[in-house]
Amino acid sequence: MEHQHQAQATTATSRELPMARSMCWHCQSEVTGEYLCGQCVKVQPLSRDLDYFACFQLPRLLNIDEQYLEKTFYELSRTFHPDFYSTKDESEKAISLGNSAFLNAAYRTLKDPIQRAEYLIRLEAGAVKDIRSNPPADLFEEVLELQETLETFRQLAPKGPSSDLEALRKKLQAEREHLEKRQAEMETSLQHKFNEWDQLQERAALSGQAREEKNTILREMQEILSNRTYVRNMVNDLLETMG
Amino acid sequence: MSRIVGIDLGTTNSLVAFMDKEGPHVIPGPDGQTKVPSIVGLTDNGLIVGDPAKAHLIRDPSHTIYSVKRFMGKGLDDVKDELKYFPYHLHEKNGVIRIEIGDKTYSPPQVSAMILKELKRRAEDYLKEDVSKAVITVPAYFNDSQRQATKDAGLIAGLEVLRIINEPTAASLAYGLQKKTQGLIAIYDLGGGTFDISILKLKDGIFEVLATNGDSHLGGDDFDQRLVDVMVDDMFQTQGIKVEGNPELMQTVRLEAERVKIRLSDETQAQAVIQLPNGTYEKLWTRESVESLVMDLVERTLGPCRNALKDAGLTASQIDEVVLVGGSTRMPLVWRKVEELFGKTPHSELNPDEVVALGAAVQADILGGHTKDLLLLDVTPLSLGIETMGGVMSALIRRNTTIPTSAKEMFTTYVDGQTSVDIHILQGERELVKDNRSLARFQLKLPPLPAGVPRVEVNFLIDANGILHVTARDIRTGEAQSVQVKPSHGLTDDEVEGMIRDSFQFAAEDIKARQIIEARNEANAIIVATEKALVRAANLISDKEAEGIRRILQQLGEVKAGDDHRVIRTKISEVEKTTHHLAEVLMDATLKEALESKKLSDVIK
Repeated sequence: MEHQHQAQATTATSRELPMARSMCWHCQSEVTGEYLCGQCVKVQPLSRDLDYFACFQLPRLLNIDEQYLEKTFYELSRTFHPDFYSTKDESEKAISLGNSAFLNAAYRTLKDPIQRAEYLIRLEAGAVKDIRSNPPADLFEEVLELQETLETFRQLAPKGPSSDLEALRKKLQAEREHLEKRQAEMETSLQHKFNEWDQLQERAALSGQAREEKNTILREMQEILSNRTYVRNMVNDLLETMG
Repeated sequence: MSRIVGIDLGTTNSLVAFMDKEGPHVIPGPDGQTKVPSIVGLTDNGLIVGDPAKAHLIRDPSHTIYSVKRFMGKGLDDVKDELKYFPYHLHEKNGVIRIEIGDKTYSPPQVSAMILKELKRRAEDYLKEDVSKAVITVPAYFNDSQRQATKDAGLIAGLEVLRIINEPTAASLAYGLQKKTQGLIAIYDLGGGTFDISILKLKDGIFEVLATNGDSHLGGDDFDQRLVDVMVDDMFQTQGIKVEGNPELMQTVRLEAERVKIRLSDETQAQAVIQLPNGTYEKLWTRESVESLVMDLVERTLGPCRNALKDAGLTASQIDEVVLVGGSTRMPLVWRKVEELFGKTPHSELNPDEVVALGAAVQADILGGHTKDLLLLDVTPLSLGIETMGGVMSALIRRNTTIPTSAKEMFTTYVDGQTSVDIHILQGERELVKDNRSLARFQLKLPPLPAGVPRVEVNFLIDANGILHVTARDIRTGEAQSVQVKPSHGLTDDEVEGMIRDSFQFAAEDIKARQIIEARNEANAIIVATEKALVRAANLISDKEAEGIRRILQQLGEVKAGDDHRVIRTKISEVEKTTHHLAEVLMDATLKEALESKKLSDVIK
């Protein structure tokens, strides 16, 4: 009994090790290959500490080579996808499923520039404590006012054409143009921040010191991103109501 | 390792295929036909599936089940609008539809299992080996309950379902393999009961689904129904015939509507002819008249196409090729509408009825480890979420996310000492819980601690089949927690197990029924042949002998009505023994006759 107990305990600890990716979960030999054990060729679970950028062997930059991203995604899919583990044992199936789900999430996130930026901010958030996610007062007032106008429009619209309705339509139309212009400006400034971040990262890689500057850029990006969400929701509301 | 077959379990027809070194092949039946009508008949003599069941549909509609795929993973409420069209009664138990046939009830997976078993048998006869593993296709727009129901059907049929694969993506595999296509393709799949559109990127053997959309309740059946409605009304107006309430006639009208529709894909007009108890009903249909009748249905497919393009971030003109799949795409109207939308001529080089089964066979070969250069990356068609405060759905996994995929959610308590949290899992695109599909509910157990202290992480994982798995872990202790998920519209594990047992029992009954039918047929053949022989041999055997033979023939006639095939067999061999001399006499006479009427040279030659 005692002996069995110990054996179980040993297994439990060794199960923790593969997460660090130093020893094969199956044959206990040192893992030298990237994702497969060099000895028994079993697939290895991805480390829990692995982030999406590292998964694709990319530096934490915001401008990325989309072709490289896709190519790597396809290669890794060929390594991990459950289709290729259908005849393997349950442990390997489970690892393949987990790795595949992680890979898909990583690709989905990095492929989209906005999600990529949001993810990066989350990754670096440990250092950025005071990131604000409420809209600034002026935007907030604009949202409220627009909601009111939209509500009046929705009430008037079913009653047929009128001069009041026409006036409202003109007002909303103008608002829409204004918001769309604002959206375009945000895209530009966001791209600007992306470039700033990347330049800083490359410089920091050499100097190793730029935490304060980084935090400033992250904060600014976060602000643009959350304002962008408000503006986008307003535009969607407008489009929906006005058809 | 045993061979894995690919199965297209369709609303109207089902097919089974396999892959060898030359490529994928559809397996034909003894009659050379590849399609098995997805119809099941429960006769007094046992179960019949496919073409014989189709014939049975007109004779005995209340014991014949068709289009059962429409009921998979559904509750009664989901199909209430079309109940009047079906000749059998339905009720609901534990959120699952049950079909009443005679004094028995069947769940849709059980009926589908009967079709799957027929396909399994067909494959075994053809391949001359046991078949126990399969890839089964489902419409891409099937939700979790419908996929699970399909998997259950496989289990009940004695098949290990290695993968549930989406029909349009299966079609793309068969198509891509054949054409070596690269680029962006759209698969437009309009079948008997479902519509799917999938947008894929094909590159270096990777088939990446970018977006999928559809309507899991729109297909050729709905087109037929439009024609049926017109004819039923017409028959009442002109001849005062009430088709409703006459299931036999209703099925005759339905099959005739289907025939006319199919015919109008090649001809510009077709005559519907329906035999009535006293006379006939005829109606001349033109292609235009049918097209205007179903126009809105065909146009209903265009919205999902636009949504799929939008989700893929593409415009119609960016699509390199459009491929048509499913029998309903043979309609020229469908062809035209698709061409209009995408601005290019659609492809249909591969048989639209067979391409899905062929693709399933390719996927089976990939899973078997033989085909290594192709890989399908599919998506989940519907967003997955949970119910939050105020009856609102909070999405955890968005539609068109590449699968497998997972989402984690942390749960805690709001009241001191609270020991459980109820979690309601949903699928759909709408804001409110009530407008989405309820998938399942479960109760998460929490340790009795002050509010907010317990922390349990729930992992929602959608596997490569598009089927959801839920696991939970207590963050404080790191221990895994078991989760008992109760499906809203699915069979429980216990029910499925019961049905697997029943299915073995049915199988035994089926074999028994078949043996009786075979023995009876043989007895009938022997009675007819012997009676003929007695007439011919009237002058060749004694009256006593003839009398003896007649007596035993009568006995055979009596026992063949019984339901023990062994008794019938015993009597058959007695008849054979008794008629041994008669056979010899007749043989001699025949030989003599032959020799007498011919020259010696003719005989020797």
